[in-house]
Amino acid sequence: MNKLSREVAIIGIGQTKFGENWDLSFRELGIQAGIEAIKDSGIESKVIDALYVGNMSAGLFMDQEHVASMVMEEVGLADRQVPATRVEAADASGALALRQGILDIASGHSNVVIVGGSEKVTDVTSDIASEFIMAGADRAWEGLFGASLPSLFALMARKHMHDFGTTREQLAQVAVKNHYNGARNPIAQFQREIDIDTVINANPIADPLGVFDCFPVSDGAAALVLCDMKTALEYCNDPVKIIGTGQGSDTISISNRKDITTIRSTVKAAERAYEMAGIGPSDIDVAEVHDSYTIAEILAIEDLGFFGKGEGGKAVEDGETALTGSIPINTSGGLKARGHPFGATGIAQINELVLQLRSKADGRQVNNVQKVLAQNLGGTGGTSLVHILEVA
Amino acid sequence: MSVARFWRKQDQRYNLMGTECQVCGRKFFPNKSMCPVCHRKSIGKMNKYQFSGNGIVESYTVVHAGMPQYRSQVPYILAYILLEEGDHILGQIVDCDPEDVDIGKKVEMVFRKLGQEGRSGTIYYGYKFRTIL
Repeated sequence: MNKLSREVAIIGIGQTKFGENWDLSFRELGIQAGIEAIKDSGIESKVIDALYVGNMSAGLFMDQEHVASMVMEEVGLADRQVPATRVEAADASGALALRQGILDIASGHSNVVIVGGSEKVTDVTSDIASEFIMAGADRAWEGLFGASLPSLFALMARKHMHDFGTTREQLAQVAVKNHYNGARNPIAQFQREIDIDTVINANPIADPLGVFDCFPVSDGAAALVLCDMKTALEYCNDPVKIIGTGQGSDTISISNRKDITTIRSTVKAAERAYEMAGIGPSDIDVAEVHDSYTIAEILAIEDLGFFGKGEGGKAVEDGETALTGSIPINTSGGLKARGHPFGATGIAQINELVLQLRSKADGRQVNNVQKVLAQNLGGTGGTSLVHILEVA
Repeated sequence: MSVARFWRKQDQRYNLMGTECQVCGRKFFPNKSMCPVCHRKSIGKMNKYQFSGNGIVESYTVVHAGMPQYRSQVPYILAYILLEEGDHILGQIVDCDPEDVDIGKKVEMVFRKLGQEGRSGTIYYGYKFRTIL
């Protein structure tokens, strides 16, 4: 039951630079990423059967809904009335759009699908953006009582430190590592390395988390071309095959969870993806995980099974997740340094993994990459998606 | 949020009115229409239940950069609290310094102003907590 009815492959990737892209509108961001992906794949746009767009909140950030139609028009596919669908699960919208594309092709309904993610955040001030971000968690039972998104992750961090002895330095090391990787990724928002003192001495946001424990405000878009394996082989010899897709949900509010040191939606999404792929966590060579906050990366590497519960902080401290470690995590720089344009993040993760599989990740390339995994989270874990890829 | 959203009749925001499943006896805050354990057996058997407001701090954070409407209150303490009836709740802890709060501390509910819509807009109220010995 937990298998795709036919094989699905990625044959093209494209992405804008992430950051404060003052000169680019939502439309321009989306089209840049889309054109790059189509160029990379070698397909003609007339073969495109469907388009899925991951977007968290164009309504709040830009007063614009119905963005799938807008993107379709911009890509020049409106004349063929190609079906376009916008997908939303807070900052997991990108990976959820990917999953819809995979299922569409696996079902036999479509052969070639464009999946994109895009977010234009800097049209509003960072003040307002920080309020809108809370829309991905529970506004009525968390936000109204003073919770911001970082404060919810701070509650998880303090509990994790209390229960497992995770240290402030271990949290900080996640940001240090991801900035190191980002400095080796030309499309990353931050290109500078930082040290542990910078993270620990930064302005506090919600203790123990400071400003360097949090993702930045970013604009950006990412896209990829998906198709069935038979079509893929007409365009390239080395398509990337999707061998696992898993999705899980949990309560939108953390106060309705019995344990806040684990993200159950990630645990389940991973179980489902591993089962489909017929592999386990020890088979993964590189992973991109959702480090919206430093604690989120520690929770992710435990919940994905790379390390035991409570051992994530120590693993980061020991360099196990660095480029040269046993399981390099967030080689792109992660949400922390690559940037986090919400709807685009889930696709950007996949793009980085495709580069790693193609051995095209330049200064951050990991040796002998065979199997890779991406984990994308919505809000505090109300939605989680896990995808596993390999070279076909 | 709009005035209507704040003023929608919500007992539970003012006096911790939750629900109890008459099948298994579990108590829920905020109220639930169906028991997530008993599912369809609980339909029509979810009764109102008054929570005591007593609980224990399981985690907390001091918020230094909150959402815009709470910025005048920073730094404030936000906690993940286990209520004595067995469900968790999220709320601010007031009337004390951050140093007085720790995991394991006992708290009780108090009724307070939560915030205000702009300088002269609607004031909205609800529960917060304070530490007890």
